[in-house]
Amino acid sequence: MAIRTERLRKQFGLAAAVEGVTFEVPDGQNFALLGPNGAGKSTLIRLLTTLIAPTSGRAEVAGHDVQRAPDAVRRAIGVIPQAYTSDPGLTAAENLHFYGRLYGMRVARRTAMVDELLATVGLEEFRDKLVGTFSGGMRRRLEIARSLMHEPRILFLDEPTTGLDPVSRLHMWDMIRRLKLRTGVTLFLTTHYMEEADELCDRIAIFDHGKVVAEGTPAQLKARLGATGTIAVEFASPPAGWADVVRRLPGVQAVEAADGRWRIESRDRMETVGALVAQARRSSVPLLSLVAEGRTLEDVFIAFTGRDLRDQAGGKPHMDVRHLYERGHA
Amino acid sequence: MLPVWAIVERDLRKYFRSPALMLSSLVLPLVQLIVIGYAFGGQIKGVAVALVSLDRGPEAVRLRQKFAAIEAGTRTFHVRLEDDMAPALRATRDGVVAATIVIPEDYSRAVARRLQPRLGLVLDNTDPFVVTTLTAKMTELLDAVSAPEVAPRYLQRVALEVVEIFPYVEYVEYLLPGSIALAIFACAVIGGGLIFIDDKARGLHEGYLVTPISKTQFVSGMLLSGTLKAAFAGMVVTVLGSLVAGVADRLTPAALVLVLGFNVVVALSLISLVTLLMVRVNDPVVPRATFALLNTLLFFPSGAMYPVYSFPAWLQAVAAVDPFAYAVHGFRAVLLKDVGVAAIAGDLAFLGAFSAACIGGVLLLFPRRL
Repeated sequence: MAIRTERLRKQFGLAAAVEGVTFEVPDGQNFALLGPNGAGKSTLIRLLTTLIAPTSGRAEVAGHDVQRAPDAVRRAIGVIPQAYTSDPGLTAAENLHFYGRLYGMRVARRTAMVDELLATVGLEEFRDKLVGTFSGGMRRRLEIARSLMHEPRILFLDEPTTGLDPVSRLHMWDMIRRLKLRTGVTLFLTTHYMEEADELCDRIAIFDHGKVVAEGTPAQLKARLGATGTIAVEFASPPAGWADVVRRLPGVQAVEAADGRWRIESRDRMETVGALVAQARRSSVPLLSLVAEGRTLEDVFIAFTGRDLRDQAGGKPHMDVRHLYERGHA
Repeated sequence: MLPVWAIVERDLRKYFRSPALMLSSLVLPLVQLIVIGYAFGGQIKGVAVALVSLDRGPEAVRLRQKFAAIEAGTRTFHVRLEDDMAPALRATRDGVVAATIVIPEDYSRAVARRLQPRLGLVLDNTDPFVVTTLTAKMTELLDAVSAPEVAPRYLQRVALEVVEIFPYVEYVEYLLPGSIALAIFACAVIGGGLIFIDDKARGLHEGYLVTPISKTQFVSGMLLSGTLKAAFAGMVVTVLGSLVAGVADRLTPAALVLVLGFNVVVALSLISLVTLLMVRVNDPVVPRATFALLNTLLFFPSGAMYPVYSFPAWLQAVAAVDPFAYAVHGFRAVLLKDVGVAAIAGDLAFLGAFSAACIGGVLLLFPRRL
């Protein structure tokens, strides 16, 4: 087992940032902790990476207790925190060599890893450039290379794409997928982007107010909302009273029509789609387009927390690192 | 040891890549040495004094000739003759002249009859430095005037034979040891405290703390790199400052080795102190705000600018535990007196013990977690 926690709790003053969390992440799995800012994700990742001590409960990472054997944990993990940890006053290669030396790596192995990792993250031609001149995306890529210098078993990524533009985010996802294929490392990432968790992870825990409120594969989580879904459809000149006809079809819960576009909420979207197509043929109402959408992770999140994650995300400037040193943060 | 050297190498790379950082720790002490050294170091000359002679007799004329000799020779005075007391005293009160010397009308007769002749010296005592100089010069002048023309057969009073065992020390030379210590301190604050906290605030420490580096290795790396940078700054100011102060000829190879060793010891003590003060600080504003306060608390009581003997007891107590004081004493011994290690053994012992205490505190307080 890569990670195992048991009633893990972290309290800052009177407030608990992490409240008795228990979960397991098997070796090789991609695990996402999905939650809004302030949910306690970063606190949990800091507990698991030995940066802060738990108030109670226990956590094992790579088979080592984070309290009793923190150095063994540190040797087994790579961490990409929200802040940039590479030194802007050094070049890309010097940063990687520096971290390699902190892990006690000898020069031959270090040099080989630096070359390999810079190629992997596409920074070969920038190896001798000062990191202070890099863009945010380049620095993130260097962070990934830095965290992999000592070939860790488990890689922790704390909101790895926060602050990146959409193109850089897609590149980052692609790179993480390739790294995963190449190294087989266990991934533990926190994010407040639904798509990121959906794209990158095998399993997701929805985390809110310091607790895991739901856990499973993306498909399992969506399935918990049943076969519900939305059907978006356009008809060519529907007759009068067509809305009532549609409303009576199997599974239909609600129908809205505006500007020729119809939106149908269904308890069982596949059954409703079948009935809708058959009815349109019988009534000679041509269908111009039809899209049946299943539930998204966002729907799942709202269902479990009663809140819209999108409203919570995106407000935090990613380079504001003051929170790192303020007790009581999450 | 690999992680320790990694930190040292990284810090030295960053230091030598940043000329602004290097200069900021060197400019202040050198500018201070040049400006203060030459501003405070010279003898007081050309002080305007009013002379009111109410006596036209031969002794009064002789006295005026003595004043004229001083004006032409050492030029301590610039004498302005006044016929009347009132304007002379007004000029003294208004600061136009620093003092009024009054030769009373019966002065020559009193000298001739040996009736304890007196001169008047009315001083603007708001400037104690000028008062001290004028009083000393007047005393010297009157000693010369009062000396018997024929030397007595037996000495009437005890004479003091003054022997100076070292060459005359100008004030700029006197200030040089303090400037070297200040360069080391500035580098310790900028290269140690400021960068340490800036790195922490930028999140760089979060990267180190998830590696297996131990607290001792991390602290050792920081202190070692800080010591090397500060000692380098100290050596640069030692050489440039010696040129400015005109004592570069005293930097023999043996003196350079000794002063380098002492630079390292002073640098270790000051970087240890700064690290201890900043080890729990997270706000980058704090070291910037405390630099001036620390500078005042450490530099001025050290005897770098003025002798510790002149301080009140409480300030002498501060000097007794001020590493700057031992640094200044040691540099003065090495650079101005050209004496060996034995003369600075006490300074080395104090600075060593001080460093050990500070490092102990740093190891105790350094947080291995966030």
